[in-house]
Amino acid sequence: MADEPMVVERPLLSKFNVIAGLIILVGLWLTFKRFTGGLGAVSNLDHSNPWGIWIGFDLLCGVALAAGGYTTAAAVEIFNMKKFHAAVRPAILTGFLGYSMVVFALLYDVGRPWRLPYPFAVNQGVTSVMFEVGACVALYLTVLFLEFSPVALEWLGAKKIRAVVVRLTILLTILGVVLSTLHQSSLGAMYLLVPSKLHPLWYSPYLPVFFFVSSIAAGLSMVIFEGSLSHRFFKDKMDDEHRKSANDIVLGFGKGCSMVLAAYFAIKVFGLALGNNWNLLGTGYGLWFMVEMLGFVLLPCLLYAIGVREKNVTLIKWTALWTVLGIVINRLNIVLICFNWQLPADQRYFPHWMEIGISVFVITVGIVVFRFIVTRMPIFFEHPDYKEAH
Amino acid sequence: MSTSRRKFLKWLTAAGAASALPSVAEGHGHFTGYSDSYGVLHDTTLCVGCRSCEKACNEVNDLPAPDRPFDDPTVLSDVRRTDEKAYTVVNRYDVNGPSGSPVFRKLQCNHCKEPACASACFVGAFTKTPEGAVVYDASVCVGCRYCLMACPFDIPAYEYNKALEPRVMKCTMCHPRVAEGKLPGCVEACPMEALTFGKRDDLITIARERIRKYPDRYIDHVYGETEVGGTNWLYITGAPFETLGFRTDLGVTPAPELTSGALAMVPVVIGVWPALLGGIYIMSQRKEKIANQEKAAAVKDAINTTQAKADAALKAATEKAKNEKDKAVEKAVKKALDDAAKQTGGGEA
Repeated sequence: MADEPMVVERPLLSKFNVIAGLIILVGLWLTFKRFTGGLGAVSNLDHSNPWGIWIGFDLLCGVALAAGGYTTAAAVEIFNMKKFHAAVRPAILTGFLGYSMVVFALLYDVGRPWRLPYPFAVNQGVTSVMFEVGACVALYLTVLFLEFSPVALEWLGAKKIRAVVVRLTILLTILGVVLSTLHQSSLGAMYLLVPSKLHPLWYSPYLPVFFFVSSIAAGLSMVIFEGSLSHRFFKDKMDDEHRKSANDIVLGFGKGCSMVLAAYFAIKVFGLALGNNWNLLGTGYGLWFMVEMLGFVLLPCLLYAIGVREKNVTLIKWTALWTVLGIVINRLNIVLICFNWQLPADQRYFPHWMEIGISVFVITVGIVVFRFIVTRMPIFFEHPDYKEAH
Repeated sequence: MSTSRRKFLKWLTAAGAASALPSVAEGHGHFTGYSDSYGVLHDTTLCVGCRSCEKACNEVNDLPAPDRPFDDPTVLSDVRRTDEKAYTVVNRYDVNGPSGSPVFRKLQCNHCKEPACASACFVGAFTKTPEGAVVYDASVCVGCRYCLMACPFDIPAYEYNKALEPRVMKCTMCHPRVAEGKLPGCVEACPMEALTFGKRDDLITIARERIRKYPDRYIDHVYGETEVGGTNWLYITGAPFETLGFRTDLGVTPAPELTSGALAMVPVVIGVWPALLGGIYIMSQRKEKIANQEKAAAVKDAINTTQAKADAALKAATEKAKNEKDKAVEKAVKKALDDAAKQTGGGEA
């Protein structure tokens, strides 16, 4: 290796491990409460507000923010943008863990999680958009697992199986894009059923398109944002290729994201025009809609463009965080903030601290697994046995 | 030859007939609901808010005892919704002012002709029966609660406090009782005949007849006739519907139509994306291959040119060297001859 990686001590009783350990302990206690007392024991969910932050944050935001997997893989493998190659493995890992966390959180949210295979194995509700979401997420999780598997196989030294899986790369990438297109959009399509409950500024027949396009922006921004975090915490694990291409990735993805956000802004305006909801812009919800549209779509779009033009990597990194925040706000608007907007305030939903606790627990488990993998497996560096193997 | 062609045509006709039959029955025909289905007409002008229907419902469905007894009139001071302990609730609306006579409205599943809950369920737990009821099968339910989300009337409730076998709870229009030839519990219990059970088509006629006979008593609208594509429970009232907690902004589009367009895109994406992305992949690979070939050719060309130049230079240099050598040899020979001549001459002299 050109430069020996600096060895960073990661002691067992580090600050990270202690905090993560405590969160996991609380999480296990909440898990016990949830599965012995029912959903009511740990959540503020009720008959009029059946979906809370587990769906709004863990599922909808989780899936959108894990979109980096399919966008990066498509850019490198299909569009042949080789200079982004170093971003593929971290993005696939984030995607795989992101989707695993989504399913993990879903086990808490659905009433009888042991029946999750029923829609496929027992009785197929094919009229449901959720059937499509479920089928695609299940298949895509499998695809992500296979896309990720060469990493683990290199670590384990299983050369023959790895060679077989690597040969499937392009097929898996295309399958990943197809499945992601379908379920990213159909998460939005699930809300097509509720025109009477979702505020008209957010309800649109274009919801599936909005969700799909914004997921690309979310995925690209997450790759930038997560990359900058990894550079801070796992720099010792990175090889030369990874460190050298980091700025190329930030600039390239920032440029792409700026364009995607511009397109997203345009179709959102079309949606507003189609619904002829201009008059609602003057209301309180209208103001909030403008904050989302101008502050979290148009502003990052411009900041990305400026950052790319001036090669200002720091600006792009902060813009990525801002965009991620904007996507979270958008999803929470649809599921919680602008949902049931006609109900009186006392019948609206606000998460119980234990619901938030379980969400934090799920995310912590995800981060711990991420940390375990990147400190051991060839994510930020190429395995010495497989150099130039792709 | 002719037989095979005849066979082929026969197959074609058979295939055509087979595919045409269901498409005529389902695809092209606009589904307007089961024609002979039952429903209930709720005439709010006759309802006195005695809550006998709530009590009967609780009994026939073996629901848990209510928090407050059915004869407690203070219950009516809150506007309630259905929950896991009550498939139906009666609410009071003081539309004529605090001193005027209140209006009571019974709330329960409206048994949509094309139910949003059934359209939403990914495990097919809801069935719209030809008899009119929308029934739920707890034995397959996963508990995602998308049905609660989807219902435009906010009717289904969930057993949030059950850990192991939580169910969705909602009115069944007493489907088992109706199958036995009995009336739904609430209809049977109503002392004021504010509830009328019958064929939905007949109920619409009855409702229209009442509105026609007493135009001063009723608003000229049968709620549920067209709302969200029509429901099997129907309502007529004397007060504007929105003042009695009815949503009047639901439109007439049945729930399945809201998502059919998005679902229709699935095969398009599955069909088009792989071809498009595969094509882009092949093009980018080809572009790279051509670029590599061109690069290789250019390198080869450059090498050849350089080689030729080098060869020429070498040749020139060799020739020059040879010339110089020749000259030097010649000169040396000449000098030697001269020296020899001189010596000879000197010796003689």
